[in-house]
Amino acid sequence: MGQTFSEKILGKRAGQKVKAGDIVVVSPDRILSHDNTAAIINEFRKLGISQVRDPEKLVIVLDHVVPASSEKYAQNHKIIREFVREQRVRNFFDINHGICHQVLSEHGLAAPGTIVIGADSHTTTYGAFGAFSVGVGRSEVASVWATDELWLRVPETIKINLEGQLPPWVYAKDIILKIIGDQGADKANYQAVEFSGPGAKALSLASRMVLCNMAAEMGAKNAYFHPDKKVFDFFQELGISDYEVVTSDEDAQYSEVINLNLDKLEPQVACPHTVDNVRPVSEVEGLPFHQALIGTCTNGRLEDLEVAAQILRGKKVHPQVRVLIIPASQKELLKALEKGLIKIFNESGCVVINPGCGPCLGAHQGVLAPGEVALSTANRNFRGRMGSRDSFIYLASPATVAASAIEGRIKDPRKCLL
Amino acid sequence: MKGKVWKYGDNVNTDVIFPGKYTYSPLTPEEMAQHALEDLDPEFARQVRPGDIIVAGRNFGCGSSREQAAICLKAAGVQAIIARSFARIFFRNAINQGLPVFVQEEVVAGLNQGDEVDLELEKGELVAGGKRWLLPPLPLMVLKIIKAGGLIPYTRQKLADSREDEKKRT
Ligand code: SF4
Repeated sequence: MGQTFSEKILGKRAGQKVKAGDIVVVSPDRILSHDNTAAIINEFRKLGISQVRDPEKLVIVLDHVVPASSEKYAQNHKIIREFVREQRVRNFFDINHGICHQVLSEHGLAAPGTIVIGADSHTTTYGAFGAFSVGVGRSEVASVWATDELWLRVPETIKINLEGQLPPWVYAKDIILKIIGDQGADKANYQAVEFSGPGAKALSLASRMVLCNMAAEMGAKNAYFHPDKKVFDFFQELGISDYEVVTSDEDAQYSEVINLNLDKLEPQVACPHTVDNVRPVSEVEGLPFHQALIGTCTNGRLEDLEVAAQILRGKKVHPQVRVLIIPASQKELLKALEKGLIKIFNESGCVVINPGCGPCLGAHQGVLAPGEVALSTANRNFRGRMGSRDSFIYLASPATVAASAIEGRIKDPRKCLL
Repeated sequence: MKGKVWKYGDNVNTDVIFPGKYTYSPLTPEEMAQHALEDLDPEFARQVRPGDIIVAGRNFGCGSSREQAAICLKAAGVQAIIARSFARIFFRNAINQGLPVFVQEEVVAGLNQGDEVDLELEKGELVAGGKRWLLPPLPLMVLKIIKAGGLIPYTRQKLADSREDEKKRT
């Protein structure tokens, strides 16, 4: 009987034949942490050893509150920089790089067939490259730094078959919102998700990252796309070839197969306060809001900024909304700059902020006041996430957010056909 | 150990258990406990007592990987959490903090806010209002971590043991 991707890679790495439900101990290839590294260091110090086992595996990115917005954040960053020097961590990315998931990806640190663990729930993102990537907690990361070992339960797998083709102005974000809305926020709890079918194959790597990133919002342990030429070309360009592709078998056993036809998909919006509270845009059109955000690890890449710029070019954002644009990384920002997108955003009245998480977690750079409403391309709309517990967050694609920013109210992007 | 039930619904997420705005503040567990469930039930942090248990619906702890969500509940005195299901990372975090978590549908259906309960962790037995429930046994690995008081003390011991072994060998 065939195996799923997760069964195969975990079996291979544990050196035994495994099936869903088994517990294995593996040694990961990369261990990601971000601003929370300071807290992890704190735990690590309690372990009674002074050196991390393999500093080459550590990837540390400062992204959550950058540049530091207060003395306490500054202190955290300082502790992390000192630790990085002390432990000789090579893959350290200071505040001038961007959001951890984008930075780790663009440096080719999540190659096909590798295992990446991260102290961040959206570590699922690297399934877009055919890596097994999973989020864990802080003490777990401290412990893995010390032992180079992690126990994992081999997950069952849900296969999501994407048929058909996306209509114009409908994007990866709409696909995943639709799936989460239909299936619920705990659908994939403890399980892996494999995206397949012609609709999956047609997606760009950036779009695949959107689906894998948000698979976390349906509870998935990890997500996966079958690596193809797009992935191989990407790594070739980075000069990386020392990886071994692992794929699921044709006759693998899935706990469930979900089919979604993209042909008639509408733009989708997740309404407060859960990511599975999803409606087609037509049902929420006309809803006024105060702040728009285009960015985050979900939708802050060049392809997202391009769509937004295409809609905003030569237009002005509504005087009653504030529009924040936050490229996911310095590299994406530079590409956007070269293409003239940043000029378009500034001319239309948006505020372009340095790459990082920005207000996504409600810590700085545009937090919401009580009663305020945000329309965001992020992955989470939980109560209080972007500031006041009495604010409201709607999630949508960059196209929907950009179209709505001009209108001052939620708008169907298909109505601004150029 | 005796305590009271705090009952909540489905999808209690980590942002309401421990708000994101505090996640990068270097707080002690006791300080974290003062913010526990702040955005869902402001009464909780004020009135929770050691030995109390949380009983919840599906997907408890969904959302971010922040470990403070488990730390703050444990520091607040919560003895155990029993839910219809847990979000994966929260489940791991709770165990790693030495906070036992159980999936037991019948307990969730049978208990109400404020019920007095008596939980015997060792036996995996819960008594309330004259009724007795059995909790599902925890996997060996998990039990070891909880007994050690969490993953950090567990790993610390493991590292110390392997150093001892090495000394004996050489
Ligand atoms: S952008 Fe938001 S979701 Fe992504 S890593 Fe940063 S805080 Fe987390």
